[in-house]
Amino acid sequence: MKFGIVVNEGPYQHQASDSAYLFAKAAIEKGHEVWRVFFYHDGVHNASKLTEPPQDDRHIVNRWTKLAEEHKVDLVVCVAAALRRGIKEENLAQGFRISGLGQLVEAGTKCDRLVTFGD
Amino acid sequence: MSDAVVKKFMFVNRKAPYGTIYALESLEVVLITAAFDQDVSLVFMDDGVYQLKKGQQTKGIETKNFSPAYRALEGYDIEKLYVDKESLAVRGLTEDDLLVDVAVLSRAEMGALMDEQDVVLSF
Amino acid sequence: MLHIINKSPLTGTTLDSCLNTAAGGDILLIEDAVYAATSGNVFEEKLRAAMGRFRISVLRPDLEARGLADKIVDGVSQVDYAGFVDLAANNKTCQSWL
Repeated sequence: MKFGIVVNEGPYQHQASDSAYLFAKAAIEKGHEVWRVFFYHDGVHNASKLTEPPQDDRHIVNRWTKLAEEHKVDLVVCVAAALRRGIKEENLAQGFRISGLGQLVEAGTKCDRLVTFGD
Repeated sequence: MSDAVVKKFMFVNRKAPYGTIYALESLEVVLITAAFDQDVSLVFMDDGVYQLKKGQQTKGIETKNFSPAYRALEGYDIEKLYVDKESLAVRGLTEDDLLVDVAVLSRAEMGALMDEQDVVLSF
Repeated sequence: MLHIINKSPLTGTTLDSCLNTAAGGDILLIEDAVYAATSGNVFEEKLRAAMGRFRISVLRPDLEARGLADKIVDGVSQVDYAGFVDLAANNKTCQSWL
């Protein structure tokens, strides 16, 4: 089955990004496809390559990057939300791309299920 | 823009405007979804009904007043606006307080409508 | 439909709204919503009353993280993330009550 995931909150502030990641990983382990993860609102902060958590904490950004590389997950950051918050190509982490809200609608039309994680 | 697949998209708005950005962002997605020729419904319940309150004046908080946009939705063929009856009542509001024409539904009618959807996005 | 709730029932009306509105189906309690599925919580009665109309599950890792794995209300199913995926896959639609 083809899953789309929406992440509405930033990393480390809210559990949404952790829940979304663990859901995505479990879906892939069960043989499903995670076709796209769309980062919206403060969720765009998940894509900042300037992120440096303490060494004993999970690296939320790198975790998404690794998932994208290993399983061809399309990580899309909403352009309007990103520009408002200072996320641009120059500080975009590996595996993410910036695009429009149409990509969210497309995830809704193309995926069998769309699961949202937010506040 | 058109897409071969037409799905029933429902946007559930349960948050008040201005306190957080979700109401504004919901409107953005609604417009894009309509541009993709999808079947769009908007639901306003709980504090989300405050989004439709007449007379919003945002000059003092230096934020854009986006409430006129709800009146423009009709121009984009977005005509399915549903408001939860009980949410209005417990907030001391009536249909006359709202800036657009809506269908006022009971909780049970709203629940049945939700079950008909293909994609539900919450804001 | 799968209804996903992530808020404590004592800080907001989200779970109440879902129970009063949704026609039935599956409810999954995740993140801070897991508190709704713990015995002795004032919400327990409402949750029990809803069990006839809904199948209620709780995300066990979230319950364990909060130190409440031994307080789960009888009749609430426990799932891990794989079970969460199954719930999403087995329902035609999912709605996150944010």
